[in-house]
Amino acid sequence: MLSAFLSMISLKDIRKGMVVALWFMFLTFPLLVVKINPVEKIVVWRWHNLLWVGLCSFSLFLVSRIFSFWRAARQERMHQKGKQKTREGSRPWLRHPRLHLPLLLAGSLIPLAFPAFFSTYQVNIMITALMYVVLGLGLNIVVGVAGLLDLGYVAFYAVGAYTYALFNLHFGLGFWAVLPIGGLLGALFGVLLGFPVLRLRGDYLAIVTLGFGEIIRLILENWSTFSQGPSGIGNIPRPGFFGVEMSLEQSITYLYYLMLCMVLFTVFVVNRLQHSRIGRAWFALREDEIACVAMGIDKTRTKLTAFALGATWAGMIGVFFAAKTTFINPASFTFLESALILCIVVLGGMGSIIGVIISAFILILLPEYLRAFAEYRMLTFGAILIVMMVFRPQGIIADTRRTYLTKK
Amino acid sequence: MEYFIELVFSGLTRGAIYALLALGYTMVYGIIGLINFAHGEMYMIGAFTALVVSTALSFYGLPLPALLVLTALAAVVWAAAYGYTVERVAYRPLRNAPRLAPLISAIGMSMFLQNYVLLAQTSNFLPFPALIPDFAFMEPYAAFIGSTDLAILVVSALVMLLLMVMIKYTRTGTAMRATAQDRKMAQLVGINVDRVISVTFIIGSALAAVGGLLIASHIGQINFSIGFIAGIKAFTAAVLGGIGSIPGAVLGSFVLGLTEAFATGYVSSDYEDVFAFSLLVLILIFRPAGLLGKAAIEKV
Repeated sequence: MLSAFLSMISLKDIRKGMVVALWFMFLTFPLLVVKINPVEKIVVWRWHNLLWVGLCSFSLFLVSRIFSFWRAARQERMHQKGKQKTREGSRPWLRHPRLHLPLLLAGSLIPLAFPAFFSTYQVNIMITALMYVVLGLGLNIVVGVAGLLDLGYVAFYAVGAYTYALFNLHFGLGFWAVLPIGGLLGALFGVLLGFPVLRLRGDYLAIVTLGFGEIIRLILENWSTFSQGPSGIGNIPRPGFFGVEMSLEQSITYLYYLMLCMVLFTVFVVNRLQHSRIGRAWFALREDEIACVAMGIDKTRTKLTAFALGATWAGMIGVFFAAKTTFINPASFTFLESALILCIVVLGGMGSIIGVIISAFILILLPEYLRAFAEYRMLTFGAILIVMMVFRPQGIIADTRRTYLTKK
Repeated sequence: MEYFIELVFSGLTRGAIYALLALGYTMVYGIIGLINFAHGEMYMIGAFTALVVSTALSFYGLPLPALLVLTALAAVVWAAAYGYTVERVAYRPLRNAPRLAPLISAIGMSMFLQNYVLLAQTSNFLPFPALIPDFAFMEPYAAFIGSTDLAILVVSALVMLLLMVMIKYTRTGTAMRATAQDRKMAQLVGINVDRVISVTFIIGSALAAVGGLLIASHIGQINFSIGFIAGIKAFTAAVLGGIGSIPGAVLGSFVLGLTEAFATGYVSSDYEDVFAFSLLVLILIFRPAGLLGKAAIEKV
């Protein structure tokens, strides 16, 4: 199979690949090869980087050529076979009835038994991953389902975290009392942001939400009497369980199970929402705003509910975040956080719940376990966004919309 | 009064830098309707290339005028090359994709380029050499305006004038205007639209590099993240003036620059960015088409 594709690469492609390699070598020359040492006043030449750039860009070019051959060949095949092979045939091994029970058992037992077999450190990482699953699902409502590109999602997360920290600091309220307040305040801020941007189209919306996120962070950083500024708020209690005293290890395990419940609850609600009346309105809004309004859908209300419901999850997870780390400061809520959550949604497939869960695990767990590559994390996220958009805009697992059939 | 004049000049300087960036945003938006999120990175890459080239050359003992010319040339050439490549890699394959796709790809590009420079160079602030000398004739006015401020105002005015002439009178400029008006029609009358789009990215990136070079020698230090916030503010300026309109971008930039200068001068410098973003939100609520822009009518 591979050799068939390899044979498709002509001499012309190789020549083109060499031109591309030379171009990228020229492009990266001043920044990758030359390095200034201002202290000793010398120039460090890193010629080996040039070689790497040349080799990598050459092979990447060839790989992208092979990929496009493969895609063209597949389309050709699909065309010949006709359209009979669509939804049912796409993932046959998953739909096999004999596999259902084992899959279901494994899917429920592994997460439940996880803290019994792994160390507290691992459980802590898993809590983080589960938090991002919920954040991804929350943003998925706004970006994936309703098609409103929100780049300031982290603002609602910050609102939730600070709600818990401040209510606890001033009024001594506990985790369970603040959790709904955090969600409500998140929703309130969602509506607050939603109102002014209702009239804006996709690209303006992106910038304004980004600005909104930055405004929230800057206020938290500079309004010291309110939020204690950049030094943050510490000594936030972990969630309690009817006043039972717990050791650190126990409370982390407890938080893990809470997070697990939270994920299940989110998946349930989001899934129900997507197939509800309002969910179908969001899909319609995403596909074509004008047609959607012409069908009699109230645009204002639909957009606002999307913002509010998306923000609710971020607010609640913010409370969880404050309870998990017991210390928060504005530096945790930068634009990069928003970009990471967006990356989760895009990689997973916009609108697809399973896809978002899988990609949250990939994007949070991989950098944790591949520490050697930790510094390339953000570089990779950027590349993922581009590559996904160019080669597979539907994400890892494409969102298959429910089809409604009328019985004859 | 003296303080007031000082603020006016500081606002004009900021405005000039924003204008150099905002022109790139507005030209790209005018032609392909995309917010080029990675545009701020062109400014950063221009400044970084200038830093590397000028410092390296100064170790070899080149005189200042030659250094300045070579540095400016390198910054412009490489930033333009990056602009061209970014368009080819991240935007051209998405020409007919849904609206959200190129936008996400642009955000990815911005993150990629920032971290590329971070990994290739350093995350620390690097000192930028003083490329623009202190002019002797500026001595009496030093209280209001520095030599670098003057250089920024003069150079950016010249560059903008050049751009206006180019767009108005050359063949390429005419092709750009035609493409901005109607891409399909432009294609029908024989304009190579892909080439025009490439040229737009090249010009926009070159302008951003000039801005990056000027502001870096004004402030005296740079790091990999300078492009992001500058890019957003320049975009704010472009929206303020009416995105897609070239005179609008310049006007919007000066309005934003002056607003920021007065707000930081008289209110508080902690909230500098908050003022800019609040201004953006206010404009979008009350006049979404900007100061000079026309409201787009969507036809079905």
